[in-house]
Amino acid sequence: MADSTFMLEIVTPEELLFKDEIQFVVVPEVNGELGVLRNHAPLIAALNVGIMRYTDNNGAIKKVAISGGFMEVMSNETRVLAETAERGSQIDVLRAKASRDRAEKRLSEHDASINQVRAQMSLARATARLKAADAS
Amino acid sequence: MAGAGVKELKRRIRSIKNTQQITSAMKMVAAAKLRRAQEAAEKSRPYTETLKGTLARLVGLSNDVEHPLLVKRDEVRKVGYIVVTSDRGLCGGYNTNIIRATTDSIGADDRKPENGIIAVGRKSRDFFRKRIGVEAEYINLGDKINYSDAREITQYVINAYENEEVDEIYLVYAKFINVLRQVPTVVKILPIEPPDQGSITEEHNVEYIYEPSAETILLTLLPRYVGSQIYHAMLEGKASEQGARMTAMGNASQNAGEIIGNLTLKMNKVRQAAITDEILDIVGGAEALNKGGK
Repeated sequence: MADSTFMLEIVTPEELLFKDEIQFVVVPEVNGELGVLRNHAPLIAALNVGIMRYTDNNGAIKKVAISGGFMEVMSNETRVLAETAERGSQIDVLRAKASRDRAEKRLSEHDASINQVRAQMSLARATARLKAADAS
Repeated sequence: MAGAGVKELKRRIRSIKNTQQITSAMKMVAAAKLRRAQEAAEKSRPYTETLKGTLARLVGLSNDVEHPLLVKRDEVRKVGYIVVTSDRGLCGGYNTNIIRATTDSIGADDRKPENGIIAVGRKSRDFFRKRIGVEAEYINLGDKINYSDAREITQYVINAYENEEVDEIYLVYAKFINVLRQVPTVVKILPIEPPDQGSITEEHNVEYIYEPSAETILLTLLPRYVGSQIYHAMLEGKASEQGARMTAMGNASQNAGEIIGNLTLKMNKVRQAAITDEILDIVGGAEALNKGGK
């Protein structure tokens, strides 16, 4: 299996969340999902808020919620830069649910004082986190 | 009378010893916090470096990109300063130096624009509140800098810039060199001056596929670049603050030690003088008795 793996790094301003050899990664690109395998051509992609998932060295599929950013692929080194990234297993499901409900409520109220764009962003983030935690 | 002097000196020595205990404890706390701040700065480096490299490459590629954050304005009416200081004092000249760098930079601007301060840290707010005017304040952020705080500040300044409330934004913070040296630094962050393309290494000089397009990526990248600069300044500032506090408290403890030495010496002298006086009295008295006896 070793010859089908490549390096993935998930980097946020606060930490290097993940760095290891993986087999396959799918990221939420702006126009849809985008998968990367070993020996992919050099690529820079803009990412949406959403979940990315990768198949690690042992074949297990892991999910990470990211709040947008971009990905750089370069000679079998893939680097995902996101302002925040959370592993599915680390996500506080109750908190994510609460923030999804709050955002949905705000959007449904059509109150002019509420920043619609912000509420939508927050809804997207909460949904992504719930998906990553397998609790949607 | 001499006895009272000894008592008074003893009291002062005890009081200074207490102060010394506090200052040396603060020094140790600052040293621990400095280490943590440096670790955080180290951890943020991969993000910042990658962002910088990609941005340099993209700007080189798409010269004709027109993004409001990149456009220099012909007329600069208002200039904003993000001034990063500490919330608390007892850190030597740390805050004073940053504030002076800010006022110097404002004074040196020949265009004489209106100025506004975005205060990060209580010391910055307190100083500028009654002088230049504080447009936004971010205080009590604590010893651990969160990226979310930097992002909030970024959103505020980008908003103000895009609404043309300000035409240029500078960032003032203390760059951490070592425990003894923190250099106040003023950098322009808006409009964005893209990093030098010289920072692109040969290895990265290849044809990339851009998904969906170089322009789109550039647009999502620019605000993040501003955010990473602000975050970086806050991390450096925190390390500098703790370094400055360590030095200041180290000096204070040393001074306290000196004062204690001097006072102890003085106390011993006074006590000895008192004893000598007493002996002289006794000897004098004994001699007088002897003379009387003859």
